[in-house]
Amino acid sequence: MAASELAQYVVTGLLVGGVYALMSIGLALIFGIMRVVNFAQGDFMMLGMYLTFYYAVALGIDPLLGALLNIPPFFVLGLLVHRAFLARVTGGGDPNREMDAQLILTLGLSLVITNATTMILSPMPRSINAPYASKAFAVGPLLLNQARTYSFATALLLAAAVYVFLTRTDLGKALRAAADDPEAAGYQGINVRTMHGVAFGIGIALVAAAGGLLASYHPIEPNVAVNFIVLMFVAVVLGGLGSIPGAFVGGIVIGLVQSLTLLLLPLQLQNVGVFVAFLIVLYVRPQGLFGRRARTV
Amino acid sequence: MTRDRGWLGIAGVVAIGLVLSLALSERYHHRILTLVFLWATMGLAWNIISGYAGQISFGHQAFFGIGAYVTVLLAAKLHLTPWLGMLGGAGVAVLAALLIGTPTFRLAGIYFGLATLAYPLIFRILMDFLGYQEVAIPMVRDHPVLFMQFEEPRTFDLLALALLAATLVLSRLIETSRLGYSLRAIKENEQAAEAMGVDAFRCKMAAYVLSAAPAALAGAIYAHAILFVVTPDGVFGVIAIVQTLTVCLVGGVGTLWGPVIGAAIMIPISEILDATAGDRFPGIQGVVYGATLMAIMMWAPEGLFWRLLRRPASVARATPVVPAAATAEAPAAALGPVQLEVRGISKAFIGLQALADVSFEVREGEILGIIGPNGAGKTTLFNVLNGFLLPDRGEVRWLGQPITALRPHLVCRRGIGRTFQVVRFFPHLTVLENVMVGAFAHGDAPGAARERARDALGRVSLAGQADTLPAGLTTLELRLMELARCLATSPRLVLLDEPLAGLSSDGVEMMAVMIRRTRAAGVTVVIIEHTIQALVKLADRLVVLDHGRRLAEGAPGDVTRNPAVIEAYLGKRWLARHGPDHAATLRP
Repeated sequence: MAASELAQYVVTGLLVGGVYALMSIGLALIFGIMRVVNFAQGDFMMLGMYLTFYYAVALGIDPLLGALLNIPPFFVLGLLVHRAFLARVTGGGDPNREMDAQLILTLGLSLVITNATTMILSPMPRSINAPYASKAFAVGPLLLNQARTYSFATALLLAAAVYVFLTRTDLGKALRAAADDPEAAGYQGINVRTMHGVAFGIGIALVAAAGGLLASYHPIEPNVAVNFIVLMFVAVVLGGLGSIPGAFVGGIVIGLVQSLTLLLLPLQLQNVGVFVAFLIVLYVRPQGLFGRRARTV
Repeated sequence: MTRDRGWLGIAGVVAIGLVLSLALSERYHHRILTLVFLWATMGLAWNIISGYAGQISFGHQAFFGIGAYVTVLLAAKLHLTPWLGMLGGAGVAVLAALLIGTPTFRLAGIYFGLATLAYPLIFRILMDFLGYQEVAIPMVRDHPVLFMQFEEPRTFDLLALALLAATLVLSRLIETSRLGYSLRAIKENEQAAEAMGVDAFRCKMAAYVLSAAPAALAGAIYAHAILFVVTPDGVFGVIAIVQTLTVCLVGGVGTLWGPVIGAAIMIPISEILDATAGDRFPGIQGVVYGATLMAIMMWAPEGLFWRLLRRPASVARATPVVPAAATAEAPAAALGPVQLEVRGISKAFIGLQALADVSFEVREGEILGIIGPNGAGKTTLFNVLNGFLLPDRGEVRWLGQPITALRPHLVCRRGIGRTFQVVRFFPHLTVLENVMVGAFAHGDAPGAARERARDALGRVSLAGQADTLPAGLTTLELRLMELARCLATSPRLVLLDEPLAGLSSDGVEMMAVMIRRTRAAGVTVVIIEHTIQALVKLADRLVVLDHGRRLAEGAPGDVTRNPAVIEAYLGKRWLARHGPDHAATLRP
């Protein structure tokens, strides 16, 4: 195999991985701050794809812009979902039971969203015909699909913005404080419940934006959520559950593994490569690539 | 619940099932009945690993699908009767459970659940890839019975009912066995269970294997009774696990009856909805299941069985503990041979040297106190000694044998028991059952373990509380219960982590009596405390730790006069002002 062919697979994987990274950051943020594994994350991504689709069809808005326009409404939706459902579920004080209860709550939410979307919008796949979706930049011998390149760049910018927000702003610091020690944060006057709502809102907004970017080159259908939520879980666990930089790298790695799997296995088995990589990492480093092994007694 | 009521309940479920099967006549009603039995079976199977053992599996349909595919493929390709084929399917599922469980049970809690998601997805992709997108059950007109092709729909509900009954019996046997107690202990507090001699990995594997087989059989019957054409989506798909989860969570997890109740409610509702509105609203079943899961988690997360049918077990107190009269205390035994040797143990956590080159010996029959200010590394030391942590350097020898790398349950079975700084009890087990978990360390049957546990409770004057839940106990009683649980493992040495913390002066007195009694019964005692006063009277020797190093060792009187010890506790300036001979504040 020529080196340029390998490079092509690597570049394609990187470009796709950027969008995976953005959606995984949203999931990792929610887990890192709230300790909630959000099963419905893929469904919010799917809703983001539909909203971007309607922006494009009804208003002629480019999906890259549509992806950014997803952020405010989905942030509000996240706040509402947190207030209406998640904040009401406690495990009777037992953190493990609470985590299980919230996990199952979001699983239920995911089912409702997927199936209600199927009922209302029909299972028919749709797509946005962005003018650049079928064009490519030629860089030397490599071809970079334009839609994927733009999406990659936008995803990177958003991820950087999240990083700056969390490390440089007061709200970001309050969020991290609420994650590190909810009780102490409460004594410092931080409303932990509000912080959880904000974290959920941001997480949902990010995945909806990622969905918008994805919509520029990926068909849109209600069932798209199932495949992507698993990829997001894999990315987040690879990076170390709850680590945001870890989730970013995890997303990129998933893109690369998916792409490079094609060198070895037929297209249908692409995700088998991802799952096998996932299981190997779990076996060798259960705390993820970037997580620390913590064991307290 | 008594023994007999459990078996009577199973007989009752079977009787009701038989009556319904005989009373119903329409084919459609039989279909619903068959589905109720099958999903109740699937729920019970899931309940073994996720309900009893608390390891939530989101991929249990992997075994359901394996059962369906193996059975149907054996019939289609090799012309093998499904009666044997389904046993083959169960065998393959058990094998798959071993292969999946071995790496996956290395993961704790949520990681386990997420990893299990991947397996059915992999199988699904593989079946597509291998060209088994649709495998039809071959019609065999000359041997319909041999190939599970019944004209009479009632036959399928009876078959499914038989499987349900078998799974109920299996679950009941697990519940009342040593394995059942161990699984519940693992669910409540895995580390405490391991410290009491439970081999958590093997117990979880056993539960996983036992839950894979009924799931596979249910899949095989489902294929013949309902599907006729097996598809990856039909058996490995999301809806299979969602139905399983829903029947369990609606009915109640961790009980025989939950999945049965949940299936009896949810399956008819969803089938009727699907039949009446499924054409116009594809996905209505998914919405109903999803909304049910959300509603249950918000309003009755424990499930209907626990909410409606069973009062929470009594937390009411029988009689308060009467402090036992201080019995004539056995004089400090002459020091026996060395039992435990700790040689040069070092352990660092990221950036923090918790233990640095700590060495000491414990002699048979002594009470050794390990003291040191908070953060001195005392609990870390215990965690190394009982196998929770592997030291970076150094060795622990027990009766001359190295035990440094042994896992906690093996350390326990060799004769080293421990308690915890914050009492680690199993909240949903009664006091007696808590202690039974320790009594199982030596492989007793449940009856013998119950006796051993009663005996241990009697030794700490807690027999009157045997049937209450730990939530109803005082701090002193909890500490006594933990001591009894530790003693029930028949230890030769016990590691007690701050057994006096949080106790009133009466409580300290009582606990001290118990500790002396323990030693008088021939058990060596190692105690951690951060206050010197408490230990000076109790211990024969003291080891002082500070910042992970051994600062001093010797008789209590000598140690409390040691300038280095005074400095660690009270600071240099105090020492400069008062001198070592005025260290009265450290004395009792």
